[in-house]
Amino acid sequence: MRNYIKYAAVLALGLVACEPEFDESVEDDKVYDQGSADFSNYVAVGNSLTAGYADNALYVSGQKNSYPNILAQQFERVGGGDFTQPLMNDNLGGLLLQGDQIAGNRLTLSVVNGAPAPTPISGTPTTEISNTLTGSFNNMGVPGAKSYHLMAPGYGNVAGVPTGQSNPYFVRFRSSADATVLGDAVAQNPTFFSLWIGNNDVLGYASSGGVGVSQQGNLDPATYGSNDITDTNVFASVYSQEVDALLASASAGVVLNIPNVTSTPYFNTVPVNAIPLDADTTAFLNSQFAAYNTQVLPGLVQFGILSPEEAAMREVVFQQGQNYVTLVDEELTDISQILQAPPFSLDAQTAMMLGQIRQANDSDLIPLPSSSFLGTLVNDDPNLVNGVSVPLGDEHVLTASEQEEVATATAAFNQIIESIAADKGLAFVDANAILDRVATSGISFDGGSITGEFATGGAFSLDGIHLTPRGYAFIANEIIKSINTTYNATIPSVNIGDYSGDPSLGD
Amino acid sequence: MIMKKLLFFAAFLLAASVTYAGGYRVSAQGQRALAMGHTGVAVVNSAELAFFNPAGLVYLENKLNISAGVTGVMSNVKWQNVESGQFAETDNPIGTPFYFYASYKVTDFLTVGLSAYSPYGSTVEYPTDWAGSHLVNNIDLQAIYIQPLVSLRLSEYFSIGGGPIYVTGGVNFNRNVNRTLTDEQGDRSNVEIDASNVTNWGWSASWMFTPTENFRIGFNYRSEVILEAENGDATFSNVPNSPLSPVQNGTVNFDASLPMPAEMTVGLSYSFLDKWLFAFDYNRAYWSVYNDLMIDFAPEGVPDSSNPRNYKNASTYRFGLQYEALDQLTLRAGYYLDESPVQSGYFAPETPRNDSHGFTGGFSYQLSKRFALDASVTYLRFNEVDASYDFYTENGQSVPFEGTYKSNAFLAGLGVTFNL
Repeated sequence: MRNYIKYAAVLALGLVACEPEFDESVEDDKVYDQGSADFSNYVAVGNSLTAGYADNALYVSGQKNSYPNILAQQFERVGGGDFTQPLMNDNLGGLLLQGDQIAGNRLTLSVVNGAPAPTPISGTPTTEISNTLTGSFNNMGVPGAKSYHLMAPGYGNVAGVPTGQSNPYFVRFRSSADATVLGDAVAQNPTFFSLWIGNNDVLGYASSGGVGVSQQGNLDPATYGSNDITDTNVFASVYSQEVDALLASASAGVVLNIPNVTSTPYFNTVPVNAIPLDADTTAFLNSQFAAYNTQVLPGLVQFGILSPEEAAMREVVFQQGQNYVTLVDEELTDISQILQAPPFSLDAQTAMMLGQIRQANDSDLIPLPSSSFLGTLVNDDPNLVNGVSVPLGDEHVLTASEQEEVATATAAFNQIIESIAADKGLAFVDANAILDRVATSGISFDGGSITGEFATGGAFSLDGIHLTPRGYAFIANEIIKSINTTYNATIPSVNIGDYSGDPSLGD
Repeated sequence: MIMKKLLFFAAFLLAASVTYAGGYRVSAQGQRALAMGHTGVAVVNSAELAFFNPAGLVYLENKLNISAGVTGVMSNVKWQNVESGQFAETDNPIGTPFYFYASYKVTDFLTVGLSAYSPYGSTVEYPTDWAGSHLVNNIDLQAIYIQPLVSLRLSEYFSIGGGPIYVTGGVNFNRNVNRTLTDEQGDRSNVEIDASNVTNWGWSASWMFTPTENFRIGFNYRSEVILEAENGDATFSNVPNSPLSPVQNGTVNFDASLPMPAEMTVGLSYSFLDKWLFAFDYNRAYWSVYNDLMIDFAPEGVPDSSNPRNYKNASTYRFGLQYEALDQLTLRAGYYLDESPVQSGYFAPETPRNDSHGFTGGFSYQLSKRFALDASVTYLRFNEVDASYDFYTENGQSVPFEGTYKSNAFLAGLGVTFNL
C-alpha cells in the first residue's frame, strides 16, 4: 500500500512539473527581434516628461507609468535588462528640503463647492531631497531641466536649491554634488538611449505668460533666467554634445522633438472672454472707461503718441454677456507718465492702470493657473476686479507676439534635433506633430479616443501640460514605431487602453 | 413490456439531442470510471454506479458496496498577447473533487443508495492585476451534490434508478473594477463577490438494459440546478475616496445565479475475451442555460454587472478499456474528447476551456476480499487557441480581451472500494 502511495506521489509531482507551452512563447527571444539595436542597458535622459511627471508633481505611480519605464518593459521582449528609476518616497508628490516643503503635492480631481476641480491632494510629503539615493538610475529624467542644464556641474548640489542654482529632483539621485545629469547617464555605459530635452527651453517662457526674454544672441546660459528662451546656437551646441556623449557607448538611440506648448490644454482651456457681466455692471464699467475711450485715446492720437490702429486696439468696451479680459501688454506704448501730465493730469494710480492696458482678443492665450485668478477682487474691493477693472499682468496672458517667439524658437530647436538625428542615424519621433494630432483630431484606441481636452481628453494630466499614463503610453508606442523602422526591430507596442487616461481622483 | 420498449425508444430519441462537458464541470466522479475515460453509464463494476447510472446498482452482487475517493486536479493556463508582448500564467491551487457512494441491496430487485460528489468546481488564480484583471483575478467555485437513490430491477434485462439531489455550493470571485481605476496609492480598484451555502434541489433518473450477458446499454439524466445566490457580499476596495468614483469602498449585497447544467449520458459496454471490457459513453451537457453571469448589486447607485457567457450545449465522447491482468489487479485506460461550450467571442479567462483531449489510465488492486484500492491518472490536453472575450465594455464601447491560451490539466486520484 505504501509503495502505491509513493508511486502516485512521484507521478503527481512529475505531472505538476509539466506545464503547458506555447508553440511560440512571447517570453522566448524568438517572437520579437531587436534588429540592429542593443537594448540590454537602456538609459533615458530628459526632463519632467521623461521622469513621468504628471498632475503638477512627480510621484511613484506616475513614475511607474513614465514612457521610459513602459518602453523598458517592452524592451524586455528583445533582450532589455533591468530598468531602475529614482522613485519618489510616496504618491503625494511634494518635496521637502530639511523638512520644509519646497514643491506642492500632486493635483487630484476633487469636488470643491459642488463642482469637480483640480486640487492638491492633502497630506505631508515624505520625499526629503537631501536623502540622496544610492546607485545609478536608468531613468535620468529631471523635471525642470533645460538642454544646457544636463551638462551643468553642480546641478544636483543641495546647496544651490534655495537659490535656484540647482535642481531638487536631481539632488535626490546625483552621484556627487558636482555631477552632471549627462555625466551620470554616460557613466552607466548605455547600449541604447532616449533623449527628450529642450521643452523647458521654451516652456518656461510660455508657461509664465512670456515674463522672461529671448536670449537669442547670448551664448552664456549661466546668465539666463528660468523663464528665458535659450539661444539657438547654445541649444545646437549642447544638444549635439549630449548626443555624442551618449553615443560613446550606445550603438542606437531615439530622440524626440519639442511639442508646441501652445497646443496643450495649459493654454487652450481658459477662454479669453471668460468674464460674464450683467447689464448694470456693464453700464458702470463702460462709464468708468468712457473718458478714456472718447477723450484720452483720441487725444494721444492727435499728439502723435499713438497710431490710430493702436488707439483702436486699446479701447476698453464691455458688453452684457461674456467679455474679453483686460490685460497689460508690454508691446503697447507706455502712456502712464503722459497721462499724469497735462492735459490729462490723471492721478498716478489710474495712469499706471491705463499705462499699457488693452482687452484680450482671440489670438491671446491664458495659462491654466490663471483661471483661479480671473474675476478675483483686489483688496476685497468690488470695484477692483482682476481681468476687468484691473488688467491682468504679463504672466497671465501669452500674447500673439509672445506665441510667435515660442513658435519660432520651437521650430528652430526642432530643426536642430531632427538634423542631428538624421546625421547620427538615430530614431526620431516627431512629438510635435503627434501631440498636435492629439489636440486636433484625437487618437482612437480600443476604449474610445484620446484628445487634448483638459481633464477629460485622456492625454493630458491635471496640470494641463504633462501627460497621463495613457498619454505617456501613446508616446511610448510612437517611440517603438520609430525604433522598429529605424533599426529593423519588431518590438511589440502596448495597449494604451490598459493605461489610465482619467483624471486621478482624491477627496 | 410495452412501457419498457417505449422508454428505450424515447431514450434514443433524446440521445440524438443530448449534451455534456467543458465549462466548470470536472469529471472525476470515480477512479475506476475515470481510468477508463470517465465512462460508466453501462459498466457494472462498483458503487461508482451511484453517479454514472443508479439503475445499475441493483446488479451489484454484494449486499453493501462503498466507493470513495478523491482526485487532485492540477490545472495550468497560460495566456499571452503577441501584439503587446503581455503574458500571464495561472497559479491554481490543487482542486480536490471527491466522491462517496454507498449502495445496499434490500431485495433481489431493489437497491437503495446514497451518494455525495462534487461534479462542478473551478479554481483559477491569475496574478493579481494581470492584463485581464478587469475580467477576473481569481475565482473559486464549488458545488456539492448529495443524493439518496433507488435502483429497481424491472426485469431480467432492464432496471431503472434515480433520486432527488440536494445541492449546496458557493462562489468567490475577484476582479478589478475596470482596466485603469486606482486609489490614491496607485492600487487597482477591486471587487470581490462572495456567496456561500447556496442551496437548491435537482434530480437524476436512469435506466440500464442488459440484452445479453456481455453487453449493456445505459442511460442517465441529471437535471440542471440553478444556484441562486441572494444577498451575497460584494466588497469594493482600493476605490479612490471621492464622490466622483463610480462606486465607493465597502460591502454591498448582491444577487446572482449560477447554473449547474443538466447532463445526459448514453453508452454501452461490451465484455470480450473473458478478461476485457470496452465501454463507450456519450455525454451532452446543456450549457446553453449559462447565458449571462449577471451580478445584481443591491444599492441603486452601483451599476449591475452583466457578463454575457452565451454557452452552447456541448458533447463529450468517451472510450474506455479494462483488462483483468491478474486475479488481484485490473488495468484500465481510456480517452475522451471534450467539446467546449464556449462560443467564439465569449472566451472569458475565468473558464478558459476550449476543446480538450483526455488521456486516462489506472488500476484497481484487490488488497483483501473486501477492500480494493483504485487509482487513476488523467492528462487533459487543450489545443493552443487564439480567442477573445468581446463583451467587456468601456463607455458603451466593446473592448475585446484577446490573446492566445494554452492549458492543460493533470488529475491523479485515489479511491477505495469496499464490498460486504
